[in-house]
Amino acid sequence: MTSLLGRDRSDRVYRRVLTGFALILPSLILIILGVLFFNALPALERFGPSFLWTSTWDPVAEVYGAAPMIFGTLASSMLALLIAVPLALSVAIFLTEFSPRWLRQPVAFLVELLAAIPSVVYGMWGIFVLIPFLRSYVVPPLKALFGWTPFLQGVFYGNSLLAGGVILAIMVVPYIAAVSREVLLAVPASQREAALAMGATRWEAVRSAVLPYGRAGLIGAVILGLGRALGETMAVTMVIGNRHDISLSLLQPAYTMAAAIANEFSEATTATYQSALMEVGLLLFVLTVTVNAIARILIWRVARGAAVGSKAL
Amino acid sequence: MGRRADGPMGGTAREERPVSPSAHPPVLESQAYSFWYGPTQALHDVSCAIPRNAITALIGPSGCGKTTFLRSINRLHDLTPGARHEGDILLDGGSIFAPGTDVVALRRRIGMVFQRPNPFPKPVYDNVAYGPRLNGLAPAGELPDRVERALRQAALWDEVSDRLREPGTALSGGQQQRLCIARALANEPEVLLMDEPCSALDPIATQRIEELLVELKQTYTIVIVTHNMQQAARVADYTGFFYVGNLVEFGATQQVFTRPVDERTEAYITGRFG
Repeated sequence: MTSLLGRDRSDRVYRRVLTGFALILPSLILIILGVLFFNALPALERFGPSFLWTSTWDPVAEVYGAAPMIFGTLASSMLALLIAVPLALSVAIFLTEFSPRWLRQPVAFLVELLAAIPSVVYGMWGIFVLIPFLRSYVVPPLKALFGWTPFLQGVFYGNSLLAGGVILAIMVVPYIAAVSREVLLAVPASQREAALAMGATRWEAVRSAVLPYGRAGLIGAVILGLGRALGETMAVTMVIGNRHDISLSLLQPAYTMAAAIANEFSEATTATYQSALMEVGLLLFVLTVTVNAIARILIWRVARGAAVGSKAL
Repeated sequence: MGRRADGPMGGTAREERPVSPSAHPPVLESQAYSFWYGPTQALHDVSCAIPRNAITALIGPSGCGKTTFLRSINRLHDLTPGARHEGDILLDGGSIFAPGTDVVALRRRIGMVFQRPNPFPKPVYDNVAYGPRLNGLAPAGELPDRVERALRQAALWDEVSDRLREPGTALSGGQQQRLCIARALANEPEVLLMDEPCSALDPIATQRIEELLVELKQTYTIVIVTHNMQQAARVADYTGFFYVGNLVEFGATQQVFTRPVDERTEAYITGRFG
């Protein structure tokens, strides 16, 4: 009995130590949230909710409104998804349904390697390769075709919403592709076979059975990519132009919340300026955590097979 | 009359052509069909003629090749890596492996119901309408009639007529399997392949499906793989006994169960192994 008691005590100590470590990480997220909120409090009190929809960002007059960077963050991320989702889904569908077996692992590996490239390298590549390429080969035909729309007004100088969106697209493709691939692999073979046995071609089986079955998880994958795009900082800062301005034109410079924080923190000399940036940080934090939480929940539902009905979507 | 299938283990004299065991003209004919998964041979020279408008049961212990044979008939093995075959299977006299065969059309003529119910996560109605929509079989206006007809044939209409908008996956296991049967019937196939359709179901649901099969054979040719010998004895007109990749015996069910020609068949049906 004594040895059992002794073992029980060491078990208890062990368990408490582990519990403590395990609680550190979840509490970290609450601490960060608390610090951001506390530091943003002066700006929250001074500008109130109008911080969200006013566009003046004037450190001299101490007037701050975050609308341009909120717009820029959402617009660049949406543009990124618009480009990345078809690309990433094609890669995932190809790898799970159509590619020869020997090609699957190498291609999946290379696509996922894209995620390992440091952000600043993407930024540099964006400045020296992507922007000249866009200027020479992409913008002229786009302007010729759609120049009459508000989205392509003005002169393209390089640093722009378009460049930011394209860089972001390349950066989120590996995430969306990797998660979509997992989701498609989780679709039971019986669903594919059901479609094939009804006389579906392989593409019809994918479109009418595999994709609908994995829909919740695929949406999760896209939202996960959105979460990455919203928070991405360095590469976007280097190519998006960093101007506090709202323009519908993709060719004009814009700003994102992450870029503003990175650029301006060292210059934030007054307490209000710092607090305003903290509030931007708080907004970004809440936005990305919410988006990521939604994505995770959707992916879990598929992995557990609970999405079989997917009728909640 | 029964007859021994030829094969390496059968040891009987080879016959020129498989003989149809009855007056029913054959709809499917397997001619010395062998099948390999990579280096492993799963079927050895399977020859038989499956009669039209009858239920043919394929029985045998696990891993004996009966499901492999069933899945050969609608060429579902096309997607299995490393699979290859020799010999031939004829549908209405034409080889299903002939070059230029439209596999999609073939699978429309040969429906399949799987071991576990696998309805799509779509409404009941869309599950049944899947085939006709996919294959352009019915103008939009006739689709509801067609769906109702298939559901009635599968003896499911009375239970789901007011639940057509609910997901098929929300039905009970037995209903899901009948939904899968309705989905297959909506394509109006000639042959219905069933791979242990009752193995995931309780006895009452099983009984319903068996009654259904007997009704369906008026219109369709049914080939059913089953582990359950009582089931084969109850519903099947013809029975084939598979053993380690060989079709050991094929004949009228009554004969196979009461006067089996091969001693392995007798050992299996009397429960000495399996």
